[in-house]
Amino acid sequence: MSGLWQNRRIPLAWLLLTRQPARLAVALAGIAFAGILMFMQLGFRDGLFDASVTIHKLFDADLVLMSPRTMSSIGMAGFPRRRLVQAMADPAVVGTTPVHWNLLLWRNPETRRTRSILTIGFEPGDPLFTDPSLRQKAHVLNQEGRVLFDERSRPEFGPIGSWFRQGRKVETEVAGKRVRVGGLVALGPSFGADGNMLTSSETFLRLMPNTPPGSIELGLIRLQNGSDPLLVAERLRQKLPDDVAVYTKQGFEEFEKNYWRSSTAIGFIFTLGAAMGFIVGCVIVYQILYSDVSDHLPEYATLMAMGYPLTTLLGVVAREGLLLAVLGYLPAWFAGQGLYALVRHGTKLPVEMNSERSVLVFALILAMCMGSAAMAMRKLADADPAEIF
Amino acid sequence: MLSSLITGGVTASAALEPCVKLEGLNHWYGSGSNRRQVIQGVDLTINPGEVVLLTGPSGCGKTTLLTLVGALRQVMEGSVRVFGLELNGSSRGERQQLRRAIGMIFQGHNLLRCLSAEQNVQMGADLLPGLGYRARRDLAREWLRAVGLDDHLGKLPHDLSGGQKQRVAIARALAAQPRLLLADEPTAALDSRTGREVVDLLKGLARNQACAVLMVTHDPRILDIADRVVRMEDGRLIDGGLGERLWGADRLPDGGPAAVES
Repeated sequence: MSGLWQNRRIPLAWLLLTRQPARLAVALAGIAFAGILMFMQLGFRDGLFDASVTIHKLFDADLVLMSPRTMSSIGMAGFPRRRLVQAMADPAVVGTTPVHWNLLLWRNPETRRTRSILTIGFEPGDPLFTDPSLRQKAHVLNQEGRVLFDERSRPEFGPIGSWFRQGRKVETEVAGKRVRVGGLVALGPSFGADGNMLTSSETFLRLMPNTPPGSIELGLIRLQNGSDPLLVAERLRQKLPDDVAVYTKQGFEEFEKNYWRSSTAIGFIFTLGAAMGFIVGCVIVYQILYSDVSDHLPEYATLMAMGYPLTTLLGVVAREGLLLAVLGYLPAWFAGQGLYALVRHGTKLPVEMNSERSVLVFALILAMCMGSAAMAMRKLADADPAEIF
Repeated sequence: MLSSLITGGVTASAALEPCVKLEGLNHWYGSGSNRRQVIQGVDLTINPGEVVLLTGPSGCGKTTLLTLVGALRQVMEGSVRVFGLELNGSSRGERQQLRRAIGMIFQGHNLLRCLSAEQNVQMGADLLPGLGYRARRDLAREWLRAVGLDDHLGKLPHDLSGGQKQRVAIARALAAQPRLLLADEPTAALDSRTGREVVDLLKGLARNQACAVLMVTHDPRILDIADRVVRMEDGRLIDGGLGERLWGADRLPDGGPAAVES
């Protein structure tokens, strides 16, 4: 350690950068802007994918049955409920829950405007979510016309949560039929649905009378402890007819994410947005480093004349790039935190700063700065020590 | 061989060898019809510890000669041997290594604007192998003290006068403990007293460290420090590079001070 201390050199890269504080500030602002752009675009993209499985994650299931015609959660097709009964024949299956799933029109009881709400119908006695608090609330759904409203739904659905907590009787129309809020749950909106409500299968069928008899949209399957979901899923695929598809829970989530990722332009758009941020950052950093190298060309030439090798000077420029990356990343990260909070508050989307994205954006900023430094280094070839005499 | 030069080791045989030996040196600028010869058949030998002043009118090729000896330019024709290394046909890496053993004092001070006086000099000391940070810093301070700037250590170049900047540049060149010092009018920006101190310092270094000095100058006040004054005209050395030996004589180059450009 003391050897390192003794061998340390004058921090030339730092001194070159900080000699002109105004230019450094502009550079850092540019890098931070590019970083914020990437954080936001990647945050939206990941938030979209995460939000698309907000409900999926909550299901108490090891395997999930769906219709092979289903494209995504916003276009669920039905399949025969008896496939769940057939699945029960597998020795590893210990329980099932048939689930109805559809987007219905909810009327805001305050403004009277309608908006699509994801409606999930299930037998109140069956396990639906892993969260045990739901079981305590589910009994109210035994009364026909009662629903549990997701209080994390967007405010456009009305002040349901606050009215309910005030003890007011909250009634409204769903799909043109009267329902009454019997309780609140906290699930969260997704890109496919701005709000959610839970109801019994009986109420669901009353709201959706055209549902074919015996048809459900999802079948949740719980396995014995220690069972391998992949093996059981494979067995069920062989046993069950082609009118049903078997997914593990993770596969079920991936299926939904893949829809948003590949079947729509959303994933591409946000990735492109992040790429734009990267390119803008590259241009900014390159301009800064190129003009910095140009300004200091006589000094670099002097160092070469003194006997410093070109690699030392390239190292100085590389360290400048590294410093810019670190110093530009920090404000971008903090600003990203603030903006994520703003987005969460405004859209209820689960946009969080996670370590994966933090590392990814830092790696991108680093690549941006080091790549720009590498291009700026070409200018160093113009540093001719013979010209300084 | 180069490493021994850089570490400052002087073997007996190396001490006997000339520091610089130029033979039949020619150099051109431009190409085609614009091609112009700036160095014409120059022969010159500089021995260790010798102080050689190079004078002559502007544009006669003095600075080009300096850059060729300083391994800053590729030799076109003829031989340039510095510490025994033939520079004609040498690689970029060899020239870069050799430059570590050569101190250079430029006409423009060429200090790094972002570094203090002490740090600028330390950049010279940093080229010395085997010294820790503190030793290199102390060396830089010693050299700044030697050029009379020990109370300006932390000042940036823009806070220094022209003369002070030049003295920092001289300290930087000397801090690398060179065995050959090339200087292009080092006293041009200094007052007579400081100029005198600086050239005395250079001469002392040459004597103590067997460091040869090749200095381009137009300053008639410092000609007396030279062991030899070589005059150049139209790319040629007058008197075949032997010059005027001034040891023990009060004579000035042919024509005296009036012949030297002011």
